[in-house]
Amino acid sequence: MSLIRLQNISRLYQMGTETIHALRTISLEVQRGEYVAIMGPSGSGKSTLMNLLGCLDTCTSGTYELNGTNVSDLDDNELAEIRNREIGFVFQTFNLLPRANALRNVELPLIYSGKPSDERREIALQALSSVGLGDRIHHKPNEMSGGQRQRVAIARALVNSPSIILADEPTGNLDSKTGEEIMALLRALSEKGNTIFVVTHEEDIARRARRILRIRDGLIADDSANSAKPHSPAP
Amino acid sequence: MNYLTEIKEGLAIAWDAIRANKMRSILTTLGIIIGIVTVTSMATAIDALNRAFHDSISVLGADVLFVSQHNWVNRTFEEWIKDNKRAVITHQEAEAVEREMTEAQAVAPVVTTFQAVWYKDHRASRVQIIGATDQFLITSGFNIAQGRYLTSAEAEGGRPICVIGNDVATNLFHMDTPIGKRIKIGARRLEVIGVLEKRGSFLGTDSFDNEVIIPIQQFLVGYMRRPSFDIQVKVRDITHLDDAKEELRGLMRKIRHDKPGDPDDFSINQQEQFIETFNKVTGTIAMVGLLVTGMSLFVGGIGIMNIMFVSVAERTREIGVRKAIGAKRRTILLQFLIEAATICLLGGLAGLCITYLLTLIASTVFPYFPITMSVPVMILAILTSVVTGVSSGFAPAWRAARMNPVDALRSE
Repeated sequence: MSLIRLQNISRLYQMGTETIHALRTISLEVQRGEYVAIMGPSGSGKSTLMNLLGCLDTCTSGTYELNGTNVSDLDDNELAEIRNREIGFVFQTFNLLPRANALRNVELPLIYSGKPSDERREIALQALSSVGLGDRIHHKPNEMSGGQRQRVAIARALVNSPSIILADEPTGNLDSKTGEEIMALLRALSEKGNTIFVVTHEEDIARRARRILRIRDGLIADDSANSAKPHSPAP
Repeated sequence: MNYLTEIKEGLAIAWDAIRANKMRSILTTLGIIIGIVTVTSMATAIDALNRAFHDSISVLGADVLFVSQHNWVNRTFEEWIKDNKRAVITHQEAEAVEREMTEAQAVAPVVTTFQAVWYKDHRASRVQIIGATDQFLITSGFNIAQGRYLTSAEAEGGRPICVIGNDVATNLFHMDTPIGKRIKIGARRLEVIGVLEKRGSFLGTDSFDNEVIIPIQQFLVGYMRRPSFDIQVKVRDITHLDDAKEELRGLMRKIRHDKPGDPDDFSINQQEQFIETFNKVTGTIAMVGLLVTGMSLFVGGIGIMNIMFVSVAERTREIGVRKAIGAKRRTILLQFLIEAATICLLGGLAGLCITYLLTLIASTVFPYFPITMSVPVMILAILTSVVTGVSSGFAPAWRAARMNPVDALRSE
């Protein structure tokens, strides 16, 4: 069974009297453990697709099954639970809470899932050391470099062992060397069996994935296995 | 996620937010502090007034009925004029009540006037001169500090003796002992046989200790030939107060030959009348006062609402992030409600401390006024501040809770 199955998904926005088709009839299946890049120029609908995949938004028509659950007809609170349990977000601007230290930032999803505090701390510490920040747990975001912040964000995304990790331009705010490190980290996570989506407009970044979706005008223009790298065969 | 962790988390976030915006938090809290200070000061003042009044009025005794030509509590001047036209209550009538009243423990006819009192070259002006009998000690509730009180024979006899109030003793004799000395009231000289115990004053103004009690015969012979008597009746059993009052009324009507159907041409007064009137007055003061002071709290609440809207707008991105990683509407709502309630609670506690200091100052400035902050006022203040916080924080918190995560994440 596919981890993700989108069937005839569309998303319309009403802008005054004008209707905008951000996505028109998209169907897509993604298996557990895949590493997918979503590419497209701005306005193509790739952000809308990512919001739908991340359960931040709901589709106008069609069905979306995530890990066996039909999420297209869930309400706000149920979607919050799905996001908490099934999805880890990594944002371009990191989106850490500025007044909380690394540990508290990583603990936050566990607080929302109701884990007791001692267990919470242990899992968060593990996640932080798995991204190489075991010695930075008491640092606040403004005391860390961009790369370190993105690592904290990745640790936060991982902490509830989600079904999918959604990274939206994860290297967009980083220099190329740090970006390289983050991409290596994502690849390592993928090799451990995590399902990862990377939204990007950089060909270079997209080529790290094993499957590339190209979105144009709200449609999937191209869906192909990436054979650029010999050591990363398509599944 | 259970409520307890949510509240704990909410408190931590609120504390962070308040500390991160110290100046803003202090200014916002100031509104609540002022509101709570005015409300609690008002409540404490009314409370103190009430207590002072009840302390003072208790001198009258709850179980004593006062028959008098006048009603104590006249609503209009016309009523007072009408009372004034009633026939005076005579000594004979008073004696008749004394003889025939069954429900009474003591009946004391009383006449009063005001005179200056002399001892050698010391003078006390406007002293209340009370012509009374031995029974007066029981109905008035006075106690003897030095010497003794009048006997029944002395009250009806012509011997010129008197019992003086505590203030009179201090004013005329200073440290000297008054017993056996002769004081001069008007043209007559009377020997002091006793001094009354101190009783305090009415709301810190009219002293209860500025009087001289003389035998009723002395009064009638020496000062006023046909005064209107007051009759003080202490009932045997306070649970039969109403029965006693009815008996007294019937008796008075019979003695004064009131025709059936005519209104009483006398008044039976009691402590309760004063209390009722007083409660009406303070009730009105309290209502108006709390309404006015409540306004300042309301303004403080609007300040909180305003700043919470700012806080929500500033943290739109944070709300988006929290929602993205699994915060439900309820969690966000609770977070901002707790923040508003915390600001108000801190303001309330600060306000309470300030009011407490004010009551300390007030109680040293007005020592005869029993000003203390009561526990109900403290509870009221804390509850009010939390309720203000929750109600003024609700609209902003609701806006935050209903935010769309996509839009919230996109905001700068």
